[in-house]
Amino acid sequence: MAAFMTNKKTRQVYHNVLTNFLFVLPAVVIFAIFYIYPFYETFNLSLHEWNGISVDKYFVGLDNFKDLLRDKVWWSSLWHAAYITLFALTFQNILAFSLAVACDREIRMKNFYRVIFFIPPVLSEVVVGLIWRWILEANVQGGQQVGLLNHFLYTIGLNHLVNDWLSDPKTALTCIAIVHSWKGFGWGFVMFLAGLQTIDRQLYEAARVDGASPWGIFFNITIPMMVPVILVVVILTILGSMQVFILVMSMVGQGLVYYTDVPVTRILSAMHLTRQYGYACSMGVMFGLILISLSFAMKQISARMKQV
Amino acid sequence: MNQYLIKRYTRSTLIHCFLLGVALTCIIPLWWMVKSSLMTNETIFTDRSLLPTQFNFRNYFLAWTEGRFGLYLLNSVVYTVSVVVGIVFVASWAAFAFSRLQFPGKNIIFYMFVVAMMIPLPGSFVPLTVLMTRLGFISSPYSVVRQAGYILCMINVGLSLSIILLKTFFDKMPHDLEDAARIDGCSKMGIWWHVALPLARPAIAVIVIFNSLNVWNEYILAYLLLNDIPGKSTIMPLQRGLMVFAGTHNVDYPLLMAGLTIAAVPIIILYLLTQKFIIRGLAMKDSLKEGRFFKVKMDTMREAK
Repeated sequence: MAAFMTNKKTRQVYHNVLTNFLFVLPAVVIFAIFYIYPFYETFNLSLHEWNGISVDKYFVGLDNFKDLLRDKVWWSSLWHAAYITLFALTFQNILAFSLAVACDREIRMKNFYRVIFFIPPVLSEVVVGLIWRWILEANVQGGQQVGLLNHFLYTIGLNHLVNDWLSDPKTALTCIAIVHSWKGFGWGFVMFLAGLQTIDRQLYEAARVDGASPWGIFFNITIPMMVPVILVVVILTILGSMQVFILVMSMVGQGLVYYTDVPVTRILSAMHLTRQYGYACSMGVMFGLILISLSFAMKQISARMKQV
Repeated sequence: MNQYLIKRYTRSTLIHCFLLGVALTCIIPLWWMVKSSLMTNETIFTDRSLLPTQFNFRNYFLAWTEGRFGLYLLNSVVYTVSVVVGIVFVASWAAFAFSRLQFPGKNIIFYMFVVAMMIPLPGSFVPLTVLMTRLGFISSPYSVVRQAGYILCMINVGLSLSIILLKTFFDKMPHDLEDAARIDGCSKMGIWWHVALPLARPAIAVIVIFNSLNVWNEYILAYLLLNDIPGKSTIMPLQRGLMVFAGTHNVDYPLLMAGLTIAAVPIIILYLLTQKFIIRGLAMKDSLKEGRFFKVKMDTMREAK
């Protein structure tokens, strides 16, 4: 009788656990198929040579990575991404920070600015890229500059500056970096403003009573108090800007234009143009490792800075 | 005193000039897009004034019919609605279980979702495309199947963030109402539907709005997974359609600008109506990506031990 009871009880417990597990089952199944399997397969494929169609995959060990280390196009694409990132780190973040500092005080229309600055970040990269492609357009029709920027330069008399912005290897990458920063500064602004508003106002008042100058207050209170937020924004800017690619595709197109290649467009080209699936995956793995080590290094630095 | 006031006014004027200047650079490109969409193919290259001189809504009509942007828009709406509904159901079931129910491996599974947000692996769309091809989603003759493949992938994209957000919300909710429902004989499914979900409305709102924005703006998976079969109506969403249209030779710029306006206006309206939700969702995503959330959680776990 007792044995029967426990049996029934354990059966009930099992039934209970099973129904509980049914709640997470859809999420786990989707996650396993569409995240975990591709994640594992990226590493697996990076050790193979495969054209994406044939049944045979050739195991080549680390050969893909050896080739990658010698691939000049790959390294230049990494440099392009680094250039865009450095641009975003300096120009975009300094702009965002100064806007946030300007908005942090008691001024009118604070909310208006906040709303406007965040419009570019909510637009898609496709829309942003195509709008700017139209503004930077270099065609001339009927003696008139088609693009708004060139027309503007022409009208104010700076004829020598009129340029084919996106086809000129010298300016294309910088244009992309500027548009990327245009799209991103509103996000940095919101992050910085949220950080600034957590600073205790009494600190400012105390400093003012002690006779500190506005610049003194800025450098001795605002900046030190903002260090954690600044580090977070820096890490996220690096992670975001290194992986920029839809903007490149929508502004100059993909694959054929070597001077604006970024790592992710390289991966896409290796996949679609030359059909080297294994090679594409090894790029993905190496790039992922670079990103993780960058953010890890930044976190080490931020831990150091917090101790000081 | 007078001098002090002058100083203050000049300073605030300078600050406003700076802010207004930057705000203008945000608005002018969008203004130029709308203005260009109202021009004809002849006037667009000659009329450069910033103020609209003509209101030619024919482009919108043409974009809607000939440019197929009507279909693209419809597809975008279909994808956005189905992905968001899917995410709300799947994520709230899972989050409810992670927060309230007991089963073995609970913590490990939950932290898998958290860690997934932290690891950037840019190349994983390569095997994902291979997988979708093998499963028959990409080349299926039925557009419903191809669309379903894309929807499932997009549900996965938004899943981790939504589960984590909802779980933290459920964790803070009082147990009393659930206990009352249980005593009244409500099943677990009933508690989820009648108690947990209605109470989590603020968190659900963040998930719905943030994911709508993401799906509407998504491009790369639509580029890799959605292919049109000749002779059948298109299954591409707006972002993909815009790139296809912009990729043709001799781009019809007024039409493209009308298409861009069609793609941008819904998202700007959504943003203006629901700013706080979008920023809250974004802040959550940022803190996950940067690994702060994970660290905080691990610290609290260590303290509990």
